[in-house]
Amino acid sequence: MTFKQIFTSSIGKKFLMAFTGIFLILFLIVHAGINSCIFLNDGGGTFNTVAHFMSHNWIMRFLEIGLFAGIILHIIQGLMLWSQNNKARPVKYAVNKVEANSKWYSRSMGLLGTLLLLFLIMHLSHFYVGTKVALYSGDVEHNLYEEMRTIFSIQWVVAAYLLGVVALFWHLYHGFQSAFQSLGFHHKKYSPLIKTMGIGYAVIICTLFALMPLAFYFNWI
Amino acid sequence: MEHYHMNLTLKVWRQKNNQSKGNFETYQVKNISSEMSFLEMFDVLNEQLIVEGKEPIAFDHDCREGICGMCSMYINGQAHGPWQQNTTCQLHMRAFKDGDTIVVEPWRSTAFPVVKDLVVNRSSFDRIIQAGGYISVNTGNAVDANAIPIDKKDADDAFMAAACIGCGACVATCKNGSAMLFVGAKVSQLALLPQGGPERESRVLNMVAQMDKEGFGNCTNTYACEAECPKGISVANIARLNSEYLKAGLSSEEA
Repeated sequence: MTFKQIFTSSIGKKFLMAFTGIFLILFLIVHAGINSCIFLNDGGGTFNTVAHFMSHNWIMRFLEIGLFAGIILHIIQGLMLWSQNNKARPVKYAVNKVEANSKWYSRSMGLLGTLLLLFLIMHLSHFYVGTKVALYSGDVEHNLYEEMRTIFSIQWVVAAYLLGVVALFWHLYHGFQSAFQSLGFHHKKYSPLIKTMGIGYAVIICTLFALMPLAFYFNWI
Repeated sequence: MEHYHMNLTLKVWRQKNNQSKGNFETYQVKNISSEMSFLEMFDVLNEQLIVEGKEPIAFDHDCREGICGMCSMYINGQAHGPWQQNTTCQLHMRAFKDGDTIVVEPWRSTAFPVVKDLVVNRSSFDRIIQAGGYISVNTGNAVDANAIPIDKKDADDAFMAAACIGCGACVATCKNGSAMLFVGAKVSQLALLPQGGPERESRVLNMVAQMDKEGFGNCTNTYACEAECPKGISVANIARLNSEYLKAGLSSEEA
């Protein structure tokens, strides 16, 4: 069995999906952690320092490539799975009582993922592009904290970010435990623990992310 | 529960053969006993159709005891109907009320093409089994039972997996038309036992390759299969299939 045969098989694709998913789950811990520095109430001093380090340190810049590769692989695999799964049932049921046997979010990973991709495009155009422009135009004093304040003063942007966070919550709610199943891990004692951990993780990460635009919009910070 | 009779409206998928398009036909059945099985109700309908000079509805059935896995039917949006851990032949009419409308469709899957009406061709399952769902044994006298000691838990898990009757409800139910629960059960029942040892790696690789070739979809862990399986096969078998496959695939020396 060659690598190509493994990773183009149905189970191999799910392995890549789970592997990149867990990688992105880990990234979100770093992302939410660093961004939470805005809540320190020091006028964004700590946050800007860390943000400056993240955008200027070459190790971080290198890891950034890995992050984009992870996101892109996750998206490509998702699209391939979606297209194959569609082909597996070309004629749909006239009556299908799906709510009797599964949860809506477990059936909606593609839809939630698409919402997240749209969110991501908006999010990158808001912050990533601005940071890169500042970096290459030599603006060493680029104040990301104040940039957040400007962007999150717009009502529809705040609403769009909250919607993105809701999509992220349900995507993680299913995805966290699903990743372990795809990697072949199932245990009577540990699987319920993983499920609880996933829910806790989704609640904490999404609450932190939701608070960020709200805090700026309502001038809590 | 009290015995009662009911009149029903049935919307049944009729399809002449694999090439024709197919459509729903509406039928009325009267005076159906609550003690009848769903298939007996179909027998009544078919006799009615024969008397009327119409083509009876083709549907799969064999043992009518819930053990052979032949009966199928997607009834009111659920594989084998509304009851849990139950086959269509064991679904009784007391699951319905007088005046109900029941929609009956065949399994919908690329890998299960419709043969006629409610009959689908499930030989893709047979080809998956042929690809690796067997063990090698020496011919001659049967060996003593329990000659090889097997851990109780492994024996129990293998037996639970072996309860799969290969009816295809998992595929029919899965939003992706995935056969992972079936293949997971068939790989597990042998992987857990020492007798399955010699072909353990080639088995899982070959069976998954055949599953992919047949055009089944990919598992997205909605666990709808487990909820609709007439034998209650656990999705733990899917996780075991994943780990068996990854272990065998990644450790294979073929470059």
